[in-house]
Amino acid sequence: MSLTPEQVKRIAHLARIEVSESEALTTQGHLNGIFELIEQMQAVDTAGVEPMAHAQDVCQRLRADAVSEADRRAAYQAVAPETEAGLYLVPKVIE
Amino acid sequence: MNQWEVVIGIETHTQLATVSKIFSGASTAFGAAPNTQACAVDLALPGVLPVLNRQAVECAIRFGLAIGAHVAPKSVFARKNYFYPDLPKGYQISQFELPVVQGGAITVQVGSGDKAYEKTINLTRAHLEEDAGKSLHEDFHGKSGIDLNRAGTPLLEIVTEPDMRSSDEAVAYARALHALVRWIGICDGNMQEGSFRCDANVSVRRPGAPFGTRREIKNLNSFRFLKEAIDFEVQWQINEIEEGRAIQQATVLFDPDTGETRMMRSKEDAHDYRYFPDPDLLPLVISADWLERVRGELPELPAQKRQRFVEQLGLSAYDATTLTASQEIADFYESTVSVAGQAAAKPCANWVMVDLAARLNKDGLDIAQSPVSPQQLGGLVLRIVDNTISNNIAKKVFEALWSGDGATADEVIEKQGLKQITDSGAIEALVDEVLAANPANVAEYRAGKEKAFNALVGQVMKAAKGKANPQQVNELLKAKLAG
Repeated sequence: MSLTPEQVKRIAHLARIEVSESEALTTQGHLNGIFELIEQMQAVDTAGVEPMAHAQDVCQRLRADAVSEADRRAAYQAVAPETEAGLYLVPKVIE
Repeated sequence: MNQWEVVIGIETHTQLATVSKIFSGASTAFGAAPNTQACAVDLALPGVLPVLNRQAVECAIRFGLAIGAHVAPKSVFARKNYFYPDLPKGYQISQFELPVVQGGAITVQVGSGDKAYEKTINLTRAHLEEDAGKSLHEDFHGKSGIDLNRAGTPLLEIVTEPDMRSSDEAVAYARALHALVRWIGICDGNMQEGSFRCDANVSVRRPGAPFGTRREIKNLNSFRFLKEAIDFEVQWQINEIEEGRAIQQATVLFDPDTGETRMMRSKEDAHDYRYFPDPDLLPLVISADWLERVRGELPELPAQKRQRFVEQLGLSAYDATTLTASQEIADFYESTVSVAGQAAAKPCANWVMVDLAARLNKDGLDIAQSPVSPQQLGGLVLRIVDNTISNNIAKKVFEALWSGDGATADEVIEKQGLKQITDSGAIEALVDEVLAANPANVAEYRAGKEKAFNALVGQVMKAAKGKANPQQVNELLKAKLAG
């Protein structure tokens, strides 16, 4: 499997990364190299092997349902670019 | 014929009843000042890591057990990637390939009365995930304001198979699910506050044809909107197809003011979430011990209670389903029966389902707000079944209890002198009086006019001020007229 320049640009767009034409071509080469590697790995027979969800064979630790975080809005908003009425302000987004 | 079949699947986001968020220790209380419940984890500040809330998992287990699903001994959290300012991480932690709850089903009753039927809705899955924050688009000098209090609130997203065939079935399912999640205590069900939100996937097809292209109506937060949105969408899709246009897959929003659905985003922008297992979270393991402990703590479920009402109390399937529509109704009914006695189970059912329901409806009240308590209603039914009062008089007593003119049915009956006349001597006197005063009716009845009999009964009841035992009146009249 290999990617087309259009697919590279779509992936870049989904990740909100701006790429120029030349960068798209370079990236296409890099990504196709990765796909070759994946193809090699996919050649391995994994029948009967349980899919691995995490590199460590341990399970998730759980925490008790209790409120442990105090309100630190003032501290967090002190480093935010813009706030008003307790809200973080961002460039307007409406779908 | 131009027959179309409607196909509906529903995804419901239920906010789980926890005090803290799914991956952080920030509070989930509703209504706090903006961003005062958004901690470093919710804000996705660099270096923070999620730690899973045990109670959120336990809610998912309760749900899985309640719908007879497979609760996965091992499930995996995944990142759902998209950009939006109310999602600071740039991804939502959700579950994708291995959700915690797999399969299961809910049986619902659709419609009422004679047209009621039962339908089993199969569930595909239910998975744990975090909610996003809230964007406010008005009045910030051309900017959007972001409140992240809701970010990280635990949700269970419950997904059905495309099993529903009408908006009525969709609403019946949504109502049954709403009752169930409250019944098992995993969600407060508050739809105004967004604790229970439905997305409806709607398509139409010719019966027997493959599924049509679906459009997804997002964020329906009332049962009425769910019905209106589906009805509008179905008609819109049928019109499009009949006018020769193909349906494009899309996400749409319902506008309650216009009653219309409108496109939010088309397929091109939608659904390329590039899911992958979240490396910050290890697989969630649910042990058999944990599962069994939760199973042991589950209350009697609606379906079990329903069966018990049929088997032990002799109720019809329809009555039993209606009386188990919510925990509040079931509790009210059971308390009523505990006063009136198991032998009066059927009259109790009628009073709760018909008279009380109508009265509550009239005043726009919930059963939990009923001015007449189950104890009072049970006491009233007791006096009907022991023939102290007739059903008609009982309605009068009920109204008195409703407006607080007496603490118990007995008190009202005593105070207003409503005790039924069962002394056959007294009734006989009344019957004789009426027969003597209405020779025309008597003659008509003897000539074969059944209606004349009813007129005579009415006269006797009137003379008795409604207090004569109707059965005795009937019997005595019949006997006298035959004689």
